Amino acid sequence: MNFEFSEEQHLLRDQARAFLAEFCPTDTVRAVLDSDNEWDRGLWQRVAEMGWTATVIPEAYGGLGLSHYELAILAEEMGRSVAPLPFSSSVYLASEAIVAFGSEGQKAEWLPKLASGECVGTVAMWERPGALTLEQLATRRLGDSISGVKSPVPDAGVADVVVVLAHSEAGLEACLVPMDQAGVQQQSVMTLDASRGHSTLTFDHAQAEVLGHSTIEQCAWERLIDGAAVMFAWEQLGIAESALIQARDYALQRFAFGRAIGSYQAIKHKLAAMYVKNTLARSNAYYGVWALAENSADLPLAAATARVAGIQAAAFAAEENIQTHGGMGFTWEFDCHFYYRRAKLLSLVIGSEAVWQDRLVSGLTHQPATAA
Amino acid sequence: MDFNDTPAEARFREEAATWLSSNVPTDDAFWALTPLEQARLWQKRKYDDGWACLGWAPEWGGRGASPIEEVIWRQEEAHYELPTNFFLIGQGMIAPTLMAWATADDKARYLPPLASGEEVWCQLFSEPAGGSDLAALRTRAEPDGDDWIINGQKIWTSGAHYADYGVIVVRTDPTLPKHKGLSYFYIDMRAPGVEVKPIKQLTGDADFNEVYFTDVRVSDRQRLGDVGQGWQVALTTLMNERAAIGGGIGKMDVDLAIAIAQDVELDGQPAIENAAVRTRIADWYVQEAGLKYTGYRSLTALSRGALPGPENSIGKLVGAPKMQAMASFLMDLLGASGAITDEALAAKAGIIQRAYMGAPGMRIAGGTDEIMANIIAERVLGLPQEPRLDKGIPFNEVPTG
Repeated sequence: MNFEFSEEQHLLRDQARAFLAEFCPTDTVRAVLDSDNEWDRGLWQRVAEMGWTATVIPEAYGGLGLSHYELAILAEEMGRSVAPLPFSSSVYLASEAIVAFGSEGQKAEWLPKLASGECVGTVAMWERPGALTLEQLATRRLGDSISGVKSPVPDAGVADVVVVLAHSEAGLEACLVPMDQAGVQQQSVMTLDASRGHSTLTFDHAQAEVLGHSTIEQCAWERLIDGAAVMFAWEQLGIAESALIQARDYALQRFAFGRAIGSYQAIKHKLAAMYVKNTLARSNAYYGVWALAENSADLPLAAATARVAGIQAAAFAAEENIQTHGGMGFTWEFDCHFYYRRAKLLSLVIGSEAVWQDRLVSGLTHQPATAA
Repeated sequence: MDFNDTPAEARFREEAATWLSSNVPTDDAFWALTPLEQARLWQKRKYDDGWACLGWAPEWGGRGASPIEEVIWRQEEAHYELPTNFFLIGQGMIAPTLMAWATADDKARYLPPLASGEEVWCQLFSEPAGGSDLAALRTRAEPDGDDWIINGQKIWTSGAHYADYGVIVVRTDPTLPKHKGLSYFYIDMRAPGVEVKPIKQLTGDADFNEVYFTDVRVSDRQRLGDVGQGWQVALTTLMNERAAIGGGIGKMDVDLAIAIAQDVELDGQPAIENAAVRTRIADWYVQEAGLKYTGYRSLTALSRGALPGPENSIGKLVGAPKMQAMASFLMDLLGASGAITDEALAAKAGIIQRAYMGAPGMRIAGGTDEIMANIIAERVLGLPQEPRLDKGIPFNEVPTG
């Protein structure tokens, strides 16, 4: 039985945690939240110099060719530090989509730039409220042009290339659309987490290339989203851990009625419940990353389990961290809201809790899953 | 990561599986034996071939196996339906206490028959006035020459009605603060003055007992630890408790929930198609899989020769309420017939109903949900204890309500 990260992987975690503690303290998050910026460009450059954006991109395309175990470790630390970066959009989604579906030429063109961090990518899926139904996408590709409206698109304001989910007469496609062109209009939209930028993208006969020059099967898209779900689960776990630590520290120092509030069972049981959910989320995230890294047939179930556990742990810890802080937790000045915002944001980004609970049960009963 | 044994572990597993395949008693061998007799037969057979209490030293009946080897053995043994519960408390909790605190003579006398199943032990800690607040116990022992005279009452004692020996915590000095006036003895359950009365539980079964002590004479040589050191000795026993309690009642898991949800209809379609049903099942699976993979993480630590982290402390706190909630929900799915417990008529031969009726006990035994949450908060998260109004006060001056 070896259900644990390797020594080298543990070292990577230590290194990432120390790096982000130095270069991404919560002041960094606050600075982005307080400004019109959609990211911290300087931090992105540092992260790229560390090679993190290149982690799972194959060496042939300028990447490090490491495994998803390494990426999972980085994802957890991204969550722990609530980093104001387009890491998930560019690394778990856009880069992975190009690796999975791109032609040789498309990989050679885009992956080295995504690996180096010189380019930022994102994926545009959502068009309207409600769960995403792949059959009902309105965005259309005809010839080499694409038209439609996608919203919200995370990190589109800082992206160089967007992978747009669309339909042509042939079927479902993932289209590569460079941002720097007249046919793409980007309009920033406010979301509940302004430490990450979001946009409405309007494509009006924008120039587009179909990834891999062919349609993609729905199950292939779901495979990509399953992989992203595992990474988001690790990021959500990082958020949950930070929120628990913040709540614990506050409960130790805040006194009421002559004693630390952490000595009251009402608070202790709340924090113990956080620990329980975080532990379940971590163990499920372990299995998720194992299934992803080893390309197991269990991936759909493992990813859904990790995703649901991650959503629940992050939301609970973030919500109850504020509650533990009382009125101070409701202020802009305290950092509690960073976790609350990011936890909710990440729970919505690739399909929300009910969608993944449904996929989980489909995984258990071996029915074909519905889309994200 | 992989889920494979190391080569040495694989060899050990093979050896264990081979021995089991030719030594597990046949139904004929168990025929007409009481459950305790069956358990003794199986335990003795293991003992004779060196497969009992694997982690113990050879002179006490074990083979000095590593913790991961013990786990592998339990996994292999669990492939068969075998009676092992009778010895859990004695071998899992009391033996480690004897090893830590008993004299060399006593260890040589009592550990081998405990390993072989020839002698069964019980644990006499809880009292009517001391449950979660165990150290508030009142059973007293007063010195009489080289002996002690015990008077009082214990409760919730599993197996007292068939145990040969028991370990008991008693108050030897009521003028000292709560934890300081306790001492720890082992006793002969057949000594004059020991009276065992079964407690009928809400399930209708009687797994536990009240045990009354009336002028029970115990030699001072049966004391473990110093006079007044009883709480520390008791902690040795309790530290091993969570390992010894557990299991479950029947097979209450998500597989069963899905089977029921596929069998019954809701709104004219199989209940499994209902979104609310799927949500509940998904949440339980998150808990079930989370516990399973937490166990894998602990096994990995054991396999590497390290101690598992504190993550194991969540098991009972998650598992027992989950069992109760699942059983309740599955009965709801069955509708009015969910109430039927008659094995011939009930879905899945009544294990759902038995789980529901047993679950309240699981949420209490070995530390209530609330105590388990306190333990996580205090020992894992480092939060302070609640102030205690009995702290530092002589026990006989503590308000008792």
